Formats: sequence, C-alpha cells, structure tokens
Amino acid sequence: MVKELLVILISSSLVNNVVLSQFLGLCPFLGVSKKTETATGMGVAVIFVITLASAVAGLIYQFILVPLDITYLQTIVFILVIAALVQFVEMFLKKFIPSLYQSLGVYLPLITTNCAVLGVALTNVQKNYGIGTGIVNGFATAVGFTVSIVILAGIREKLTYNDIPESFQGMPIVLVTAGLMAIAFCGFSGLL
Amino acid sequence: MNNAKERLVNGIVKENPTFVLMLGMCPTLAVTTSAVNGLGMGLTTTVVLALSNVFISLLRGIIPDKVRIPAFIVIIASFVTVVELLLQGYIPFLYDALGIYIPLIVVNCIILGRAEAYAYKNPVLPSLFDGIGMGLGFSAALTCIGAVRELLGAGEIFGIHVMPESYVPVSIFIMAPGAFFVLALLTAIQNKVKISGERKGKDMSRIQSGCGNDCMNCSDAGCAHRIYDDKTEKRADGDAKKQIAEAKDAEIKTGDSKNTEVTNGEEQTKEEKKNG
Repeated sequence: MVKELLVILISSSLVNNVVLSQFLGLCPFLGVSKKTETATGMGVAVIFVITLASAVAGLIYQFILVPLDITYLQTIVFILVIAALVQFVEMFLKKFIPSLYQSLGVYLPLITTNCAVLGVALTNVQKNYGIGTGIVNGFATAVGFTVSIVILAGIREKLTYNDIPESFQGMPIVLVTAGLMAIAFCGFSGLL
Repeated sequence: MNNAKERLVNGIVKENPTFVLMLGMCPTLAVTTSAVNGLGMGLTTTVVLALSNVFISLLRGIIPDKVRIPAFIVIIASFVTVVELLLQGYIPFLYDALGIYIPLIVVNCIILGRAEAYAYKNPVLPSLFDGIGMGLGFSAALTCIGAVRELLGAGEIFGIHVMPESYVPVSIFIMAPGAFFVLALLTAIQNKVKISGERKGKDMSRIQSGCGNDCMNCSDAGCAHRIYDDKTEKRADGDAKKQIAEAKDAEIKTGDSKNTEVTNGEEQTKEEKKNG
C-alpha cells in the first residue's frame, strides 16, 4: 500500500509532470512565473486547492454520483464544484485566517481557470483511484506544478539580463526554456 | 448570408484563435502529436463551440448578467458531455487518443471567450457561424501543427509515409518537449510579423499574445473578466512598475540600452492598454 502510494507520488510529481508532459495549467505556468516569490505563492496556493479539490471531488463521486448512477455527469459536477470550492476557500480564508489570505488570496481567482484542477479530478476517476489515493495523487500533481513553476521563474529572472533576438523576446524564449525543462524531466522516466 | 460568410472568414483567417489570438494553448500542445489527432480535437471543439454559441445566444435574454459565467460553463459542460459520449460510442479510436483532453474542452479559453465576446450579445444565426468559423480556424491550426510535428517526428502525414527512406525521424517532435519548441517558433513568427507590421505603421493590435502570455494582463474577453478584480489589477500594476524600475537598474548595470528600451516599451503599452 505504502509502496503503491510512493509510486503515485513520484510518477505524478516528476515523471508525468502536470505541466511539462501533460500540458495542464499552462496559463499560470507561463503567466505567473516572472518572479520566484510570486511563483512560490502560486505554487503553494495550487497545492492547497488541488489537494482540497481532489478530496471533495472524490467524496462527491463516491457518495453521490456512483450511488445515484449518474457518473456521466462528472464533468459538469466537477467544474461547478471546483468553481464553488475556490470561491468558498477565498471567503473562508478572508474571514478566519486573514494572514494566509494575505499571502494566497491574489492567486485564488486565477486557480479557478486552471485546467490542472479539473484534470486531476478527472484523472482520479479515470484511473479508479479511491479517495485516499486520489488525494495523494492530487497533492503529488500540485507539487510537480510548484517545482516546475519555481524552476521556470528562477530561469526567467536570469533571462532578463540576456540579449535575446528581437523576435524571441517575451513568450517564445520562455517556451524554449520550458521545452528544455521538459527534456530534462523526460529523464525522470527512468525512475520507475 | 453575407454576414455568415464574414463570420466564417473572420474566424478562420482574421481572428484565427491559435495563430492570431493565441487562445486555448493547452489542447493545442497536448493533442497535436499527429495530424489526425489535431483534426479530431479541432472538429470536436468546433461542434461544442457551435452548439454552445447557439444556446447561449438563444438564452441571452434569460441569463442574468451576474451569473452569466456559471451559466455559460454549465451549458458548455453539458455539450462537452454529449460530444464525449458520442465519440466514445461512434469513434472509439479518437476517444482513446484524445483521452482526458475531451472533458477538458470545458475549460478551453476559446469557447468561454466566444460566449462572452460574441454569442451573449448577438442573434442566433451569426453566433452559429461565428462558432463554426472559430472552430474551423482552430481545427485548421491544430491540423497544421499536428502535420508539422508528425512530419518531423515520424516522417509521416496522416499516417502516410512521405519522407525519403534515408530520413531519420526526430522523435523529440512528437514527444512533450517538441510541443513547446513548435509553439515557441510559432510565437516567434507571430512576434516577427507584429514587429515588422508595426514598423510599417499598420494596426497590429488584433494580434494578441493570448492568455498564455500573462493571465493578469490578458485583454481578451472571457479569461480576463473572470479573473480580474481590484487586487490582481493593483498587484499587476505594481509588478509592472517594479519591472520597469528593475529594467532601468539593469540598463545602468549592463549598459545594454537596446534590450531594455524594448522591454520598457512593452510594459508601457501594456499599462496603457489596461488604463484604456
């Protein structure tokens, strides 16, 4: 059991990295990676939301959709639950844990639009993960996202000082960087 | 019918969602490992886009303004589910190839963007053609990218071997990193066109870098409106100012004035766009 969870942890965070090999959550990956600080903040917020969302989506799937035999509605239910959940988390943090809200609050609205959250919920269902395994998978996926966004932000900070050809300034050079990172992450496939 | 033709041309050429607006990059990168997959994804999106545009346009008098985004999402998610079940039943090989990216059409920027920018404000028939035009533009773009990646990565197009025997496939192009490189080249070409157009004094504001560039500064409808609130705006403003200050520092440090002038200019136009 522990071994199985460890395999999921490594494969979801490094081998099948959510951004670099599955292309989910590209928007924040490219958009919020100009500085390491903001990238770390975004990463922590994503870990928080994805872990929570995979738990809630797993519970709803197991205890509402399966007993009522309406699993075909999963896409609709999941997207609504995630959108509502993010809103709720934002209000909850604002009211009860203002210090955490100060640091994570700005990123929460951005996460609603993050396809990685929905992607994780759907992957959990597709791979028949139970609720516990699903939460581990969600957490690992989010850690993978955080690792890659922080690395990218670090590289981008250095890139500012380089002389880049005119056409490649801005997005293209970031994408080339992401491509090189994806090659590096391909190396992790030997781990399993 | 003139109007319909105009919408189609607009979607396929003038405002091509991939090449011009740079929207919906997640599926663009993920499924274009071959031309067939690209075409399949494109056509699936077209069907969802056309149907959701029609429905949103029909319901535009009923949906209250404040809850329009959740309403759009429910409509889009319903059509995605319908299309997913149809694919599973009738075109199983495509269903297997596209996998999780079919349900993820729900969060594709293009669909919500068109709902917000066009279908919610216009009558049914133009909305239908707008959806078909945009969808076909998306399909054409995905098929092109898929064909290029398949040609370089496997020496084939649509599964037919076209490269000479001596050609050794560069298999990285059909793997994940290849997607990033192809998109990098695409955006570089887009930049080039934009820069040379601006030098000649043409209006190039239509060419956008989409949400992939910067979520918080995205000026396109749909994505931007959902995530924009006062906090992020202020924060983004602050970030931009910080960056200008940093760029100036860098200028002093390295004396590389050309580079920083360009970044300064970019930041300023971004800010102007936001204020305007």
